[in-house]
Amino acid sequence: MTETTVTSPGTPGGPPGTAGGTGRGPSGLRLARFRDLALVPAILLLVVVGALIEPAFLSGDNLTNVLQQQTELSLLVLAEAVILIAGKFDLSLESTVGLAPALGVALVIPAASNGLGTDWPAALGIPICLLIGVLVGAFNGLLILRFKLSAFIVTLGMLIVLRGLQIGFTGGQNLFALPDSFLYLGNARWVGLPASVWICGLAYAIGIVALGYFRHGRSVYAIGGNVDAARAAGVRTDRVLWTVFMIGGLLAALAGLLMTGRLGSVAASQGNGMIFTVFAAAVIGGVSLDGGKGTLFGALCGVLVLGLINNILTLAGVSAQWIQAIYGGIILIALMLARVTSGKAQD
Amino acid sequence: MMSPPATPAVEARGITKRFGPTTALDGAGIVIGEGETHALVGRNGAGKSTLVSILTGLQRPDEGQVLFAGRPAPALADRDGWRRRVACVYQKSTIIPTLTVAENLFLNRQAGRGPINWRSLRARARDLLDEYGVDVDGGRLAGDLGVEQRQLLEIARALSFGARFIILDEPTAQLDGPAIERLFERMRALRAQGVTMMFISHHLEEVYQVCQSVTVFRDARHVLTSEVADLPHDELVAAMTGEAAAGYQARSRASRSSAPIVLSAEKLSLAGRYQDVDLAVRAGEIVGLAGSGSSGKVSLAETLVGLHAADSGTVTVNGARPRPGDVTSALRAGLGFVPQDRHKEGFVPLLSIAENATLPIAHKLGRFGAVSPARRRARAERMIEELDIKTTGPSQPVGDLSGGNAQKVVMARALADDPGALVVIDPTSGVDVRAKQALLGAVEDAAERGAGAVLVSDELDDLRICDRVVVMFHGRVVKEVPRGWADAELVAVMEGVDAR
Repeated sequence: MTETTVTSPGTPGGPPGTAGGTGRGPSGLRLARFRDLALVPAILLLVVVGALIEPAFLSGDNLTNVLQQQTELSLLVLAEAVILIAGKFDLSLESTVGLAPALGVALVIPAASNGLGTDWPAALGIPICLLIGVLVGAFNGLLILRFKLSAFIVTLGMLIVLRGLQIGFTGGQNLFALPDSFLYLGNARWVGLPASVWICGLAYAIGIVALGYFRHGRSVYAIGGNVDAARAAGVRTDRVLWTVFMIGGLLAALAGLLMTGRLGSVAASQGNGMIFTVFAAAVIGGVSLDGGKGTLFGALCGVLVLGLINNILTLAGVSAQWIQAIYGGIILIALMLARVTSGKAQD
Repeated sequence: MMSPPATPAVEARGITKRFGPTTALDGAGIVIGEGETHALVGRNGAGKSTLVSILTGLQRPDEGQVLFAGRPAPALADRDGWRRRVACVYQKSTIIPTLTVAENLFLNRQAGRGPINWRSLRARARDLLDEYGVDVDGGRLAGDLGVEQRQLLEIARALSFGARFIILDEPTAQLDGPAIERLFERMRALRAQGVTMMFISHHLEEVYQVCQSVTVFRDARHVLTSEVADLPHDELVAAMTGEAAAGYQARSRASRSSAPIVLSAEKLSLAGRYQDVDLAVRAGEIVGLAGSGSSGKVSLAETLVGLHAADSGTVTVNGARPRPGDVTSALRAGLGFVPQDRHKEGFVPLLSIAENATLPIAHKLGRFGAVSPARRRARAERMIEELDIKTTGPSQPVGDLSGGNAQKVVMARALADDPGALVVIDPTSGVDVRAKQALLGAVEDAAERGAGAVLVSDELDDLRICDRVVVMFHGRVVKEVPRGWADAELVAVMEGVDAR
């Protein structure tokens, strides 16, 4: 008769002989760095391909152009990456890109130029624009954290509401009569590079340091990885998430500001359709849609890959009617490649 | 009663906790002496988890108080105060899989104010891991660790807050034999250092291995506290089970040993769940499958119906070999199935009783993929009558029914095609006495009609209708008990202490 077969005290257990490689301590973090660098070869490859297709690709003007065109997208990706790492979603960022500068401008320009007739001092324009971004993020946080609604559907609703608000109070018109302050950031050059590139680089630098080296930044990863465990460890999860949403809104408003300056007007459709590219760049850059995984450096690489592809397609003379389909197709292929190279399902 | 030492390390006095209409703890208490390893045992629903959440300061008792070393417990909001007094390794892992081991150890205390110094964090992690003899590289992702290493990580982290009292809530449930032995070694070492522990387990034999004293809870009440050495196995089992309440009267039934085998497993293994299981069920026979949560009984049953594909071995249903891991082909071979979690796999809540109950036989209710509503309705009305389902009619959505009646619909669905083989998992969980009788009656009816059934359950009342009960323990069949067993005998085998 078989009795209890288990836990007969056989060899009184020494330590578990597993966990190989205790030799070098920091190997884990170095490995993580390698994973971050996964897209660098792809970026180099794209640069080579670009140079072969069109010699003008390597000109300083063109490369600066590529960078500047990607600044708005990269700020949105920065915002979305942090929100995704925290295990949440924000689709409404693309509408904030339009609404925040539109409202900031409309409150300060005269009614004759499609303003709201309030004629507030022009100096208030940019603070209002940024404040609106923060408020949108705070409101998203309210619905998601206090009312326990799904982040996906809340921000989808906000995407539509915010776009509708912008069309409503501008009457669907583009705003042209911009105050000088709005034009400055999108056009100025600091030390040879567009100001927006510097701003963007600075934002990423701050983000990378904050998420990598500060307790509150690490708690974003903890929340996305296992929210109950984070709470058990004493992280104020709701407060952190709320902050993340507000920073996301702020960055989206900043992106809108840069775009407004670069284009010289606030289009009624400003930011429209960007969110797909934002998600694609974040996921190609290794940020998980399940939360808790990914780095901002990786996300930035994702943006650069997409920016280079876009630029190469334009330089290669792909017809304007087809460029969207090809671009979308390439994004899908890039997602598949990212999935294959990372070797893990999901993401 | 043992005589408590001067000031016990931990004491809970007269704790009462109610959740709505249910009383989870009713004037229960526990006294744990300084430096001892104290077991808390009891069957499911005895109030063990509630006591854990009260002792760790996650919930406030309605009545009674908790004392640490004779002094009242800190306020509920004082998390740090609790953490310095009591550490807990919960059943559910609180390790964050996407972060490294080192960061998990110092979660939310990676650094004081300024930036994190990763080098010093890793050094501190290494010191901590060395101190508790955990041989894990601090730079690895916690998600890549095995269950055992994650648990060690939790223990090291829990103790690093300075607590000298640690609660281990079913730490052995997910470990295999050698890992359990290593955990026990570690517990003994901690005890030698003066750490007080409360150990919860469903395996009584483990209590005898590592604990000095034991407290038994039953039905939300404290039943007894004793030195382990003074308490024989059978008395412990008797304290846990108490007097068995009169339940369903099983019918007498003669199964013929010449009847054909309708459902069988040969040399079936699934890594981490069960190994080398042979099982044969004859027509007209009900075979019980019993064992604790980690015994692998549910995985085995789910393999029989095709929810899992076994690593090796074969499943035979009515002489056919359904494709492994394919439920549809098992159902085609003439198998009926009541899943463990009716809400997840049992029914579609928004669809009507008629649709739910006839899902597997929809193809027989019409031609060319069409389903005749009239025939479906007629069929459903027959099922409602047979199983005594309390409903306004066949078109009522199943989501509106009570638990017991919803489970009857699931049973009806399993029986819809008059299956030759039947697999029923936890059929009476969360249903009342009347529904229980109807459900068990339905299984016996099916057996009388010539079906062979496997019934997986922890409930002794359910197992009483079985012609024999196969008991599993840590993934292996350890014993087969014929009809007519005594409660204590079966529980002892299930819990892994065979009295003889």
